[in-house]
Amino acid sequence: MPEVITADGSIINDDWVVVERPAEGESLDLPDQPALIPADLWLAGKEHYEGRSDVGVWFDSHQEPEILEGVVNELGVIAVNFPKFADGRGYSIARLLRERLGYENELRAIGDVLLDQLQFMKRCGFDRFVLRADKNAGEAVRCLNFFSLGYQAATDTDIPLFRRRAS
Amino acid sequence: MYVYDKHDRQITAERVEQFRDQTRRALAGDLAEDEFLPLRLQNGLYVQRLAPMLRIAVPYGMLRSNQLRRLARITRDYDKGYAHFTTRQNVQLNWPAVADVPDILAELAEVEMHANQTSGNCIRNTTTDQFSGVQADEIADPRPYCEIIRQWSTFHPEFAFLPRKFKVAVNASEHSDRAAIQVHDIGLQLVRNGRGELGFRVHVGGGLGRTPMVGPVIREYLPEKDLLTYLEAVLRVYNRYGRRDNKFKARIKILVKALTPDGFAEKVEAEWAHIKDSPTQLTDEAIAKFQTYFTEPAYEEVPDAADRLATQRFENRAFDQWIANNVDTHKKPGYAIVTLTMKKTGTPPGDVSDRQLEQIADLADEYSFGEARVTHQQNAVLADVRQDRLYELWQLIRPMGFATANLNKLTDVICCPGGDYCSLANAKSIPVAEAIQRKFEDLDYLYDIGDLDLNISGCMNACGHHHVGNIGVLGVDKKGQEFYQISLGGSSHHDAAIGKILGPSFARDDMPEVIKSIIDVYVDNRTREEAFLDTYHRIGIDPFKERVYA
Repeated sequence: MPEVITADGSIINDDWVVVERPAEGESLDLPDQPALIPADLWLAGKEHYEGRSDVGVWFDSHQEPEILEGVVNELGVIAVNFPKFADGRGYSIARLLRERLGYENELRAIGDVLLDQLQFMKRCGFDRFVLRADKNAGEAVRCLNFFSLGYQAATDTDIPLFRRRAS
Repeated sequence: MYVYDKHDRQITAERVEQFRDQTRRALAGDLAEDEFLPLRLQNGLYVQRLAPMLRIAVPYGMLRSNQLRRLARITRDYDKGYAHFTTRQNVQLNWPAVADVPDILAELAEVEMHANQTSGNCIRNTTTDQFSGVQADEIADPRPYCEIIRQWSTFHPEFAFLPRKFKVAVNASEHSDRAAIQVHDIGLQLVRNGRGELGFRVHVGGGLGRTPMVGPVIREYLPEKDLLTYLEAVLRVYNRYGRRDNKFKARIKILVKALTPDGFAEKVEAEWAHIKDSPTQLTDEAIAKFQTYFTEPAYEEVPDAADRLATQRFENRAFDQWIANNVDTHKKPGYAIVTLTMKKTGTPPGDVSDRQLEQIADLADEYSFGEARVTHQQNAVLADVRQDRLYELWQLIRPMGFATANLNKLTDVICCPGGDYCSLANAKSIPVAEAIQRKFEDLDYLYDIGDLDLNISGCMNACGHHHVGNIGVLGVDKKGQEFYQISLGGSSHHDAAIGKILGPSFARDDMPEVIKSIIDVYVDNRTREEAFLDTYHRIGIDPFKERVYA
């Protein structure tokens, strides 16, 4: 069972699996365990997944989270894939899901998720992190808390430091 | 004077410990080289041809004397006793050991300095005019706005992994642009609208490098309070849609070009509409608070020393030339802005020894309220010198080599470190600069030629800003041989333009003579009022081609 890190750095185990996009012409097969499917496919077959709390979605970094506008809270789990850790699009996707679309449930970072990016991810609204398998989850708490404060507003706080200073 | 508050000190201290932790893991093999790479780059640490290179941020070019002395000490303790002023107002160390960098950062943090985001695919340090706050013609002091941008962009969680590096520059002068804003990813010109309110004209998508471009205006007027929300919208559009498949097409200029400036502006406006009224919108109190970080020194009420200066200038021709070239008008009567020229022939442009750093610190303490500044032209500035002490200062700095009266002249060359130091370079740049400086040693001849930007880059990454030199020189590699391509007509000022390539490139030994021929064409064709660029615009590139390739 894969290890999942929570926003406070504790380690839990769950059995969500990521279902890859099926090849052209193939249909999507749901496994016998909680599954994350491509967000656009979930949307296309939405009535089919009604009431399925064991189905969530994932976005790849080039996809637009806006497609879920208005329906985002019907989902209990959304994941955003980092194909390479240096691909920073996932940070914008996360903030848009949280701040623009008002997503309130679990948001997990998947893919090339390393330790030194965890605090950035958390500030952008992620609350679950599936570390790349070779990384040591025991170091996550430290890496999630390198900084005790940030200058700017993000998903974690909408009050930038300059507003706290001025008052 | 620019100082930190307790929050800045805390964040800087935490950064040092974070980088210590990252370096430890990298040296222990827990962080792969490609994983450590962006982390160290965002801390200014490159691995170069001969050794690592550490780029230290100097926000707005401002250095207090204690910071200069600390830099001097660091160059002695961790390096080879010299540093390098860059064209973006930073300071570089050329020979630090990777394992020492956390200690260097800790020493810098003690004097409120850091290397945050001086490299890497993130928002780099914001730059501005080296004469900010002291020049007579600025619309408002740009530094509080730069500091607002610096704080917003420092460790911004959404924009730490952009498609490519991202540089912002701010200009406040009505008549000049020493910050070259139109060749930055974002260039902000402070303006007042019809009602006299402060705001910015926003240029996006300028840049040098492989695809040089002058940044188009995407918003004519942005109210000052909307500065950060608008920047956030620009960055978000870039982060989402900028190309990531090809490093050479990843800068924002390529996206702006692909969408057209209007199309890009539309996307930004649509994004901005969502976040415009968020708490990131600035408040009057916040702007006022940032202004308090840049206090005026305790100027004395001194009379304008015009008469006395006039006599001194009349009696001493060398002093007169120095005043005419290296001293600028100050907003405060009785004061002057002095540029210490660091381009002594035989020294790589921008290189400064530990001793020189300490000399500048001493001069700053004695003559300029303890502060000096680094310029884009790789010189240093004493921004607040009493006019009645100029003569004494000049006598003091002549033997130090800081008084060569060639500011903005042909021999005040902008030059990257080039193939002598940099692993990216195709060719050496420093020896070319030196050979040209030797060719044009006669000051009277230099003054006759007048103001002229000669910029030299050792490769197309354009750290020497060759595209925007009135005369630009680019080092190229031809079958393992170093050659130099010349462009004419570039400018980084209000009339920003990318220079046109003159023709086939030249061998290094021919360069001084080629530059001489170009100058001869100008001198032969100019009318009395014309500067080099004016003549070039009137007669075009052909007469230069004919002479040089004759």
